[in-house]
Amino acid sequence: MDRLEIINVFKDYEGEPLLKGINFSVKSGETLCLLGRSGSGKSTLLRIIAGIETADSGEILWNGKSLTGIPTYRRNFGLMFQDYALFPHKNVAENVAFGLRMKGTPSSEISHLVLQALAQVNMSGFEERRVTDLSGGEQQRIALARALAPRPRLLMLDEPLAALDRALRMELQEELRDLLHKTGIPAIYVTHDQDEAMILGDEVAILAYGVIEQSGKPEEVHRLPKNRRVAEFLGMTNFIKGLVTSIEPLQVVTEFGLFQPGVCNRKTAKKGDRVTLLLKTTGAVQVKTNKQLNALSCRVADCTFRGDYYRLSVSVGEGDLMSFNSQESCPTGSKVNLHLPDSSVVCLDK
Amino acid sequence: MVRSSSSLNILTGIKQFVKKTGVLLWFLPLAFLAVFFLTPLINIFAVMFTHPGVINVRAILQPLWFTIWQAVISTLLTMMIGLPAAYVFSRFTFPGKLIFRLLTTLPFILPTVVVAAGFTALLGPRGLLNSALMQSLNLDNPPFLFMNTLGAILIAHVFYNTSVVIRVVGSALSQLDPRIEQAGQVLGATPVKVFREITIPLLRPSIWVAALMVFLFDFTSFGVILLLGGPKFSTLEVAIYTQTLSMLNLPMAGLLSLIQLFCTFGVTFLYSKINGKRTIPLMPRLKGEGIRVPVHIREKIIVRFVIIFLVLLLILPLGALAARSVTQTDIGTGTGSRFTLAYYRELFINRQDAFFYVPPAQAALNSLIYASVTVLISVTFGILVAYAQVRKRAVRRWLDPLIMLPLGTSAVTLGLGFLITFNRPPLDVKSFPLLIPLAHSLVALPFVVRTVQPTLASIPGSLREAAAVLGASPWRVWREVEAPIIGRAVIVGAIFSFTISLGEFGATSFLARPETPTLPLAIYRFLSQPGALNYGQAMAMATLLMLMCAISIGLLDKVQLVGQSEI
Repeated sequence: MDRLEIINVFKDYEGEPLLKGINFSVKSGETLCLLGRSGSGKSTLLRIIAGIETADSGEILWNGKSLTGIPTYRRNFGLMFQDYALFPHKNVAENVAFGLRMKGTPSSEISHLVLQALAQVNMSGFEERRVTDLSGGEQQRIALARALAPRPRLLMLDEPLAALDRALRMELQEELRDLLHKTGIPAIYVTHDQDEAMILGDEVAILAYGVIEQSGKPEEVHRLPKNRRVAEFLGMTNFIKGLVTSIEPLQVVTEFGLFQPGVCNRKTAKKGDRVTLLLKTTGAVQVKTNKQLNALSCRVADCTFRGDYYRLSVSVGEGDLMSFNSQESCPTGSKVNLHLPDSSVVCLDK
Repeated sequence: MVRSSSSLNILTGIKQFVKKTGVLLWFLPLAFLAVFFLTPLINIFAVMFTHPGVINVRAILQPLWFTIWQAVISTLLTMMIGLPAAYVFSRFTFPGKLIFRLLTTLPFILPTVVVAAGFTALLGPRGLLNSALMQSLNLDNPPFLFMNTLGAILIAHVFYNTSVVIRVVGSALSQLDPRIEQAGQVLGATPVKVFREITIPLLRPSIWVAALMVFLFDFTSFGVILLLGGPKFSTLEVAIYTQTLSMLNLPMAGLLSLIQLFCTFGVTFLYSKINGKRTIPLMPRLKGEGIRVPVHIREKIIVRFVIIFLVLLLILPLGALAARSVTQTDIGTGTGSRFTLAYYRELFINRQDAFFYVPPAQAALNSLIYASVTVLISVTFGILVAYAQVRKRAVRRWLDPLIMLPLGTSAVTLGLGFLITFNRPPLDVKSFPLLIPLAHSLVALPFVVRTVQPTLASIPGSLREAAAVLGASPWRVWREVEAPIIGRAVIVGAIFSFTISLGEFGATSFLARPETPTLPLAIYRFLSQPGALNYGQAMAMATLLMLMCAISIGLLDKVQLVGQSEI
């Protein structure tokens, strides 16, 4: 069982702090999805782990031993670059063989392993092709085969699907997930796409403002975002401010009515605490009156058909726009009362 | 009825031909090339049969052999210094890098006479080094012999061409996507292996291109050999010159020219073959990405080595030149050196008793006039050619190599061709002084085309269409969209051709009359005359010429272009 630990890593970029104390770990059989906006330092973090850049402070541990001072080429980590960085002067087979040759694998074995690696990514028969003639998706697969062929102790993937179109991305997401699980190599997968992170990650870690804001199983993070920033990052948009009026059961009064959150991420909540409620989009039903718990009176600004549900865009109170998924359609401009189940009301910190 | 309709047909046919081929754009430049480049070349061939003279095989083989081996050694030396320098420039920052970078552009447009004068000022018998040694050791004769040695030739060639290597290989190196090398490291390649397996193979075409370019320059070197090598060393170029002007053996000069042409075209052909192969996708780096301060001892040593070498090679001779132009050394009297502006004052005095009665100021004025006319001709034709080539791909295929031909032709060959072609009035050198700027324009035209054309081609068609859709007439589209974009490129091309003309030596030495020399010719004459005053004036003139070139470089740096390809 291998284990990579990142401990308190700091890094400045052009005088500005970029990483401000990063901590996380990843172990064999696990894929960690590092989710962050562009410019959040995700790629830099991977480059630090690979040894291409050095952290200003902090440590990278492999099975408890520090990697400080160990050069990139002796770490035996795999890194798949965002733009693949295939060697343009070598053909497909030579690209895939490169890492094996560097390890000193006997050449008789190399050709066999190259074929195996290409088969793994469904690219058999491409050995002699020039990498510059390949399509984006094909290049992506070759880059993956090249990274996997030398059997790295750790695999890092830097937005490997970002350059591809939507359909191909969806297809490759599934393939990648299966492949990562089959190899069992601990993997760090960097992306800015929260859906991709949810699909691929056994764990997700949200990197924002230089720190890991929250990490955990995708369902957990999605069910209970730690704060408004994380929730916004995950694409959630409905927030209202309120005041705690009762603890058992937890009830919060807001300008739109009284709510009883089914989920709370505050360790302690006292009467009189100012909190933010997150209203999730799912489970909204139309009711006759808003004079009940977890109900909102609102005006429908827009209603679009989304296949399995209707997306309601509604203005609440002073015109704050919120969106909910509903099974029933309603005419634009009409007034409706929406009721949410307890589980869709989440109590966050201020 | 029938007649008029057929003549109408002919008319529309011509109109269509004009429109289809863009003949209006390329006809004039083509006629210019035919009259002033191809005709002289053909005449060089013809002269072997029409003029009396003696063909001496030994007199061919000797300069040919020397030309080749001095070019090979010069190229090797240049690569030995240029490659580490290219590496340092594209990978590291160091104090004063900006100045050094600017400095490395200097040799591109520094006339040979200036460089020769610079090395003379530093290492020649009257140079700073020998003066200092003679004064401190109390010697009667200069102890350090530099002039008229092979070493002088080689050093001057390295001076000139190190910049070529830094430019060509350095730019390829800095455009190399650093992630490709990092990918190698991640896959377990040590830095040495990364260098050997990834960096070098990706750079190989650029290295070859640089080496061939340097070889070509060394092969056709004229001024350097004539001025620094002295009578002992004769390359093909020098042999053509002496056979024409001293021996008056035109058939021999013609044959030498043809051999020269054959060799240079061969190298140029090889060059364009390899240059076309440089198709490996090099991703442009973010500005400053991958450039850092040297950390390891090894890196520090190589950076220091390159800096010291560049100072010795580039700054010292030019500094010595400027210093020597304002110092007077009285060796016999033992008073040492002192500051003087006498040489500069002399430039404006018309000494009838002097052997050459043309005052240097007059030569400078000649040079400026010729350079201005050259700019006019080459920029006009350059713009026409650029438009013709961008409009029609087919035109580009045959016109471009034709335009580039003069680059592969040595200046001396060009001069010889002019001399034997235009030797009858009205088109003779005596009554038609325009011949000099015309010859300069042939050399400058490829540079103008190479500057303007990429800029013109980089204007996306959609830009013109967008302007047209927004209601701009074709004329307005040109004025509002194209002219501002190519304007800077035209300025760069103009500065290039101005400095080329200002410093041109080889062709001019055939064409200029004794009473109307250009500045480089005047420097050459003063330099080859005995006497401290002549020497001092040569230094002063060379310093002025150097300053003019420095100003040009400053201007070029100011109007930097985007997407500029190196020539």
